[in-house]
Amino acid sequence: MKVDLFVTCLCDLFYPDVGEAVVRVLRRLGCRVGFPPDQTCCGQPAFNSGFTEQARAVARRLIEAFSAGEEEGTPIVAPSGSCAAMVRQHFPRLFAGDPRWEERALRFAGRVTELSEFIVGRLGVDDLGGRFGAGLEAVAAYHRSCHMSRGLGVVEEPLRLLRSIRGLEVVDLPDAEDCCGFGGTFAVKMPAISTAMADRKLDAVAASGAALLVGSDLGCLMHLGGRLRRLGRPVQVMHTAQVFDRALGGGG
Amino acid sequence: MGRRPPAEPFHARVERSLRDTFLRVAVPAATRRFHLTRRHALAELGEPLRWRQLARAIRAHTIANLDRYLAQAADAVEARGGRVHWALDAAAAVEAVLSIARAAGVRRVVKSKSMVTEELELNRWLEAEGIEVVETDLGEYIIQLDGDSPSHIIAPAVHKTREQVRQLFSRLAGQELPDDAQALTDFARRRLREKFLSADMGISGANFVVAETGHVVLVTNEGNGRMVTSLPRVHVAVMGMERVVPTWEDLAVLLEVLPRSATGQKLSVYTSITGGGPAPAGEGDGPQEFHLVIVDNGRSRLLGTRYQEGLHCIRCGACLNACPVYREIGGHAYGGVYSGPIGAVITPLLEGFDGWEELPHASSLCGACHEACPVLIPLHDLLVDLRSDEADQERAGRWEVLAFRAYRWLCERPWAYRWAARAAAALQRPLEEAGWLRGGPGPLKAWTEGRDFPAVAARTFRDRWRDLAAGEGDGQ
Repeated sequence: MKVDLFVTCLCDLFYPDVGEAVVRVLRRLGCRVGFPPDQTCCGQPAFNSGFTEQARAVARRLIEAFSAGEEEGTPIVAPSGSCAAMVRQHFPRLFAGDPRWEERALRFAGRVTELSEFIVGRLGVDDLGGRFGAGLEAVAAYHRSCHMSRGLGVVEEPLRLLRSIRGLEVVDLPDAEDCCGFGGTFAVKMPAISTAMADRKLDAVAASGAALLVGSDLGCLMHLGGRLRRLGRPVQVMHTAQVFDRALGGGG
Repeated sequence: MGRRPPAEPFHARVERSLRDTFLRVAVPAATRRFHLTRRHALAELGEPLRWRQLARAIRAHTIANLDRYLAQAADAVEARGGRVHWALDAAAAVEAVLSIARAAGVRRVVKSKSMVTEELELNRWLEAEGIEVVETDLGEYIIQLDGDSPSHIIAPAVHKTREQVRQLFSRLAGQELPDDAQALTDFARRRLREKFLSADMGISGANFVVAETGHVVLVTNEGNGRMVTSLPRVHVAVMGMERVVPTWEDLAVLLEVLPRSATGQKLSVYTSITGGGPAPAGEGDGPQEFHLVIVDNGRSRLLGTRYQEGLHCIRCGACLNACPVYREIGGHAYGGVYSGPIGAVITPLLEGFDGWEELPHASSLCGACHEACPVLIPLHDLLVDLRSDEADQERAGRWEVLAFRAYRWLCERPWAYRWAARAAAALQRPLEEAGWLRGGPGPLKAWTEGRDFPAVAARTFRDRWRDLAAGEGDGQ
């Protein structure tokens, strides 16, 4: 299957390793991966901050960047529940009533899926069948990001894939549905509250006994990972794509 | 007459809350308990989403036809001999209550819990008139004795410790009371009983007013609402204009979701329904006068706007209990009468943005509020809409405006975006240590107050793509 990768700006700029892992995972699962080079951001930072016009401009750019696959409806895979939710939930709203863009936005929204949602839902794979590490059992806590779970309604897919990996034990976090406090620009507008929320989430991780924190949104992981590093806690942070990649014997 | 925002700035209020070690334990514990019991109680109902959709449909229909149902309710109240007072703003509502009190020679008022009277600061005005006002909901009584204000829509004293209450009551009793909830409650009960029996006027809120018959419905757990509405010779019910419900059948649906959403109860301990109007001649029971004060106070400004759904709220407090931000900072940090997500939405709408600019931003937009709301108000979307209004009204900071202008410019031009990434990677070098930054200017400073920030990659994904693309072909 041909897919286009929407790598997302956070992944592109801060976590290119995650982007590489996504490419390897998709290829292992039989996909031909394209990377439309003109993509930048989905517009979410501006949208959530109330800068709607700026968000619209950036959103239009993203839709155009993926226009080559528009005709065939090539699926677009993003390693982020939040960016996928921005496109699926808010692009139609942003362009409602716009004669030139509404239709295109709807079609674009219909193509975008989050990585694990794509693997389970479109590729029909729910057992990755690999091993996480040689010999050792790793205990991982999974953080379900809010826009992914509440916005896209994707909760089970990443868990199912993670649980299919031998040598990886996935533990339930208490109050798993609670926000980690990232919230995009919220993290810098209300840093004290944002950090307090991170601490509550990280206390839950500590209580779970997990040495590995896995998530599907780099925003949350950047926030939680940055807090972990500041606190000097030795919990490792990985994106689901990196875990999948490792299970599938990727080169990361 | 809007309530003035607190003099203490928002961020200072937040800092104070975050330092309050008791609040940081008590508020999460209480709200989480409410949150979990709510879920359980709604699930018990079977098909909770359908119940909520039905409740939402009732609220949407009512608010879309508010003029009609309010007129119907008012006519029904008057037909029974009650009097209806329409108050456009807080001043008019206060004046209505004061003139009723003056005409009836009222010296002492007992009140049951009512958020709308908090909006009016009614107690202060009654006291200025020389009238004694006694709050009779236990939480509100504690708050009143301490000169404090409620911090939660349904649990006003959630931020207070039992020890604080013990000290407060001991001062009042003139002796040390034991550290025992039962004993403290008994003490309040005895004090309040005297007040009930000697009050001239009872003031209640209204959870609902049924339009078809003009009945006032109070949902309480302490029985004080029943005494407030039946013992004194005058009963005044103060309602926000959106509290009307068309029929008893509609009420039945809302009474299924309100207590379950608020406290996780199937039914609150008391659901008091009063018919208003003077007691028939020869029957001594019930008040001799009934007044219904219908308060607008900014609400009608929401009608016909994208914020109309804000009026669907039935004040259950579920969004506060679900909110991870409320959980950290409690209600007082919000600064208004209504806190949590619903407060962050309606406070700037009812009072205007001045002094309340931060409230729409006091949310990570996680959507837990919407998920909890029994009438499915898209609170997180409304918060984004409010942020958008603020930006349109040029209330955003100068740097933020510039930043988003630059953001747009760069994101629209992939070559410039790429160049900017390289520039950032070069500029960050003096700050970088092992791939992380621990300080920096502007937003980076805010981030790094408590968290490290990852450095921009020396080779971004798009820079690596050429190599990756060369590896294409190992797919099947």
